[in-house]
Amino acid sequence: MEWINAIVQGVLLGGLYALFAAGLSLIFGVMRLVNIAHGDFIVLAAFLALTTTSALGVSPLLALLIVVPVMALLGYVLQRGILNQTLGDDILPPLLVTFGLSVIIQNGLLEIYSADPQKMNAGAIETASLALPGDLNIGVLPLLMFLVAVAVIAALQWVFYRSALGRAFRAVSDKQDIAQLMGLNKAHVFGLAMALSLAVVGIAGVFLGIRTSFDPSIGPGRLIFGFEAVIIGGLGNLWGTLIGGIILGVSQNIGAQINPGWQLLAGHIAFLIVLAVKPRGLFPRID
Amino acid sequence: MPDALLATNALTAHYGDFQALFDVGISVQPGEVVAIIGANGAGKTTLMRSITGLLTNQPGMVTFNGAQIGALRADQVAKTGIAMVPEGRQLFQSLSVEENLVIGGQMGRKGAWDLDKVYALFPVLKERRLVQATALSGGQQQMVAIGRALMSNPELILFDEISLGLAPIIIKSIYDALPGIIGEGMSAVIVEQDIAKALSVAGRVYCMQEGRISLEGRSNELTREQISAAYFGV
Repeated sequence: MEWINAIVQGVLLGGLYALFAAGLSLIFGVMRLVNIAHGDFIVLAAFLALTTTSALGVSPLLALLIVVPVMALLGYVLQRGILNQTLGDDILPPLLVTFGLSVIIQNGLLEIYSADPQKMNAGAIETASLALPGDLNIGVLPLLMFLVAVAVIAALQWVFYRSALGRAFRAVSDKQDIAQLMGLNKAHVFGLAMALSLAVVGIAGVFLGIRTSFDPSIGPGRLIFGFEAVIIGGLGNLWGTLIGGIILGVSQNIGAQINPGWQLLAGHIAFLIVLAVKPRGLFPRID
Repeated sequence: MPDALLATNALTAHYGDFQALFDVGISVQPGEVVAIIGANGAGKTTLMRSITGLLTNQPGMVTFNGAQIGALRADQVAKTGIAMVPEGRQLFQSLSVEENLVIGGQMGRKGAWDLDKVYALFPVLKERRLVQATALSGGQQQMVAIGRALMSNPELILFDEISLGLAPIIIKSIYDALPGIIGEGMSAVIVEQDIAKALSVAGRVYCMQEGRISLEGRSNELTREQISAAYFGV
């Protein structure tokens, strides 16, 4: 029963990892940009939520209403102001610049909030749980987060494949010059993609901050989880990313069940096995 | 020619240190079909890229409807009413046939062309509208590329090497369709290596050689010898 419990909790944790990964996957798909600062933006969003909750005295879940739009705006400004200038045939400049951003965000947060671990309190919902048959308990909050993650993936999938914005994303991703001929300003389209990516990061950051304690240094670790979920699922496949996140979460929890020290190791091993057996991920986009 | 729809004025263009265009001056009157012919590397595609804004220039080097558009970005130029059918079709491979057409029309310029009219012109595209665009045959892809340009209801449409890489019978059917496309008050510039095809649809011809206009004249007044001399520089 402990094992089944570990697996169920791992699945729920996987939803959070999928949220870490979705924004990363989105901007890589649209503009071939690997955002090294992605994990630090997640932590930034968590601190932003912390400040919002303490300043306004609202629940962290309500803080989403502020954090998500602020992160989206930050994404647009960042893309138009800095990252668009780094994009080109050479993939190195965006890597270096986002690495620099990562350092800046970590140290900025350290300066403002200190290195002390923080945690947000979502109130009674944190301890509420559903009793399932067979002695299994599912926390309401982890379940809620998982359902939100699934909804976010479904929404991104819809935007990408059914909306005019997604059509623009795909067109610019395919052929930047020709997309310009269709009246699409690629600088603006890239800005919108980064805004969407950081909006998802906003949700991920708030959930992270409710679920576990966080401090300014944990961003790169979240980036790795995001990367692993994307690669396991297959590049360019959002539902695959969700599966990737779940596989990572389940592996970590099974590892922790065997020995608490093996939690992270088990996740990395699962990732390496997938990479060795299917280098393009489990569900690579077909084209 | 004061009332030209499109004019380039002493247009020059560079790729790094290499100068690709020298003092190119062409004009297109409203409703006119103009052909630009020339060998590979003569600067035809560079000229198209300069007009559409994929290469930006001094503002006054390109004028359209009396406005200086030489320094505008391609997306801004497109909104003024210039569309291009690019060399090699260049369809969006992640988009279906219908999405490729819709994205051409999303600027919201008013006019006669919409999805129904494009499908009426090329019925085969309607049958295959949900297929990935690059899964079509070359000729069908060219139809999508033409339809995509028409969807923006342009005043001026540029055709860059539309017969390149297509079977002769497909080329013939596309050229047969052209008068019906252009006949609606639209002006057109046709870039072509096939001189006979170009002369058959265009009222006026410019011949380019090594980045310069080497000959200009009415299609029915130019002799084969004149064209050969301007084309090959012999």
